[in-house]
Amino acid sequence: MKTESIFKLTFWKAVAIILIAAGLYSVVFRFAFGLGAATNLNDAFPWGIWIGFDILCGVGLAAGGFTICAVAHIFNIKKFEPLARPAVLTAFLGYILVVCGLLADLGKPWHLFNAIVMWNFHSVMFEVAWCVMLYTTVLFLEFAPVILERFRLNKLLMIMRRVSIPIMMLGILLSTLHQSSLGSLFLIVPTKMYPLWYSPILPVHFYLSAIGTGLAMVIFEAYTSARAFNHGLKLELLSSVGKISNVMLIIAVAVRFIDLAILNKLNYLLISSSETYMFYLELFIGTVVPVYLLSQKKFRESRKWLYISALFVIGGFLLNRINVSITSLTGSANYNYFPSVYEISITLMLVTIGMVAFRLITQNFPVFEELHEGEEESEALHGREAILSE
Amino acid sequence: MVKQKGILYDSTMCVGCGECYNACKAQNKLAKTNSDPLRDHLSAETYTVVEQYDDKYTRKMCMHCQSPTCASVCPVGAIVKTELGPVTYDPNKCLGCRYCMQACPHRIPRYEWSSRDPRIRKCIMCYDRVKNGQPTACSEACPTGATLFGDLDDLKAEAKRRLKENPDTYYQHIYGLEEAGGSNVLILASVPFEKLGFAANLPKEALPNYTGRVLEKLPGVVGVGAAFLTGMYWLTDRKNKIAKEKQQEGKK
Repeated sequence: MKTESIFKLTFWKAVAIILIAAGLYSVVFRFAFGLGAATNLNDAFPWGIWIGFDILCGVGLAAGGFTICAVAHIFNIKKFEPLARPAVLTAFLGYILVVCGLLADLGKPWHLFNAIVMWNFHSVMFEVAWCVMLYTTVLFLEFAPVILERFRLNKLLMIMRRVSIPIMMLGILLSTLHQSSLGSLFLIVPTKMYPLWYSPILPVHFYLSAIGTGLAMVIFEAYTSARAFNHGLKLELLSSVGKISNVMLIIAVAVRFIDLAILNKLNYLLISSSETYMFYLELFIGTVVPVYLLSQKKFRESRKWLYISALFVIGGFLLNRINVSITSLTGSANYNYFPSVYEISITLMLVTIGMVAFRLITQNFPVFEELHEGEEESEALHGREAILSE
Repeated sequence: MVKQKGILYDSTMCVGCGECYNACKAQNKLAKTNSDPLRDHLSAETYTVVEQYDDKYTRKMCMHCQSPTCASVCPVGAIVKTELGPVTYDPNKCLGCRYCMQACPHRIPRYEWSSRDPRIRKCIMCYDRVKNGQPTACSEACPTGATLFGDLDDLKAEAKRRLKENPDTYYQHIYGLEEAGGSNVLILASVPFEKLGFAANLPKEALPNYTGRVLEKLPGVVGVGAAFLTGMYWLTDRKNKIAKEKQQEGKK
């Protein structure tokens, strides 16, 4: 471990420390004085950014984990294999932070255990809770080989590799359920939600948009960590990830507009209201710009533009989840919700912890090993190929 | 089969005296929140209110739906529809996720926002009294008979009789008979219900069906998904192996 470099203070480290300290203060404040004092939520508007951002976006951005696993290990397109580890790590950290966000948001988090023993199959929240618990476990198992490799626990490693395919399949199924179920959460409010976002196939929209965004996250991580560690970047590989992401964006937007047309809601696109403008903003940032960029070879194969495209995809996705969970509900609640400083600072803390943890882990564990260009392949990699080809 | 209980509130008979409000506060040991019952609103300490719209009064309270949205969304089953009709809440199960508040089409459940151990708060139709064969505190306190407690079937018949016998007095609709799948609280009024602050856009279908339609497909999704993934893995793995064998044969 590179302990000496941890204690060297840099600008970004100072920012991270301040954000985490502020977040911890907010956590103490929230539990000391209750949700009313810490948030801008009220009886008319019971869900804010801890649900809309920390949970909906956190889970969505983790979608790269199951998407890359499916492409690399189930569809056996081996060239994507090097991307699987960073994607799984992001997903794992993402899910842990989602749980942390949930603990802040729940009024009685000490009753969380009840979700395991008291079952209500009619509740989407019940499905969500189980998916979070099971998929976090699966993600840990998917990431475990990296830890085992680091500490050279070869026997355990062999066992893990034998069960890795069923575990990945389980992970893909759980993700499919979980990504879509976050959309299903809102099926129950047909009369409260703004028509441009409400749809009986909201779970399908959530699933499709998560795949495109998960892939954009893979590009984002590879680019930022390549910058941070001066690693080489397999641009050709990331360009093809961008290509798949683009296809998913086009499919997702097509399904949305066909759905709007079938539900006879296209007229809402012409109504002048803040909801309509937010819808167009989401469409512009998350679909129009990235599809324009990713559809052209010169942008897709440029390091900088590929990264910028990924940022747009992610930004549009965040806006979509915020629109579904907040914008679309403000009208009927007659309350213009804006998060409090405590809500914002806990959210920023979680994002910061995620980034710091990702960096520390990638620095000390063989996460990006397989992505480095020109570096010798590790022994472990040879070991895996031998086992897989048995 | 137990006969379901219910409440019929006829707003045309209401004089806005606030006796139901006071009786409810006393029965449920709720803190005083306003000196004038007509100027209060539902809160963690107020299960029912009397609202004034010009010269008309109306009560707001939990509708005790036949198929309660709040109970269906609760991940731990802290909210339940009892056999007698009242929809009750158990704070010892509650996680505090507030999905019931988000989901309720009538916007009824309230939260103890300032508490460190917050509960959901709403009218539970005086379940302890009803269980013992007593009427609710509000209906017992009502001096004009605007709030009636009784068997739900009788109340439905009574509401229909009133609409039919006095067509000029009533707006011809029983609020709660069909809204969101129907409820155990029925309301009559002389004007359209949106003029009294009621949600007028509720579907007749119970809202839990909206998620039910998706949830019932999940076992299929999992089955087909598992088969697809296994099939894909088998196919692509085999393809890779054959390609490898051919490569090796070529070398020989």
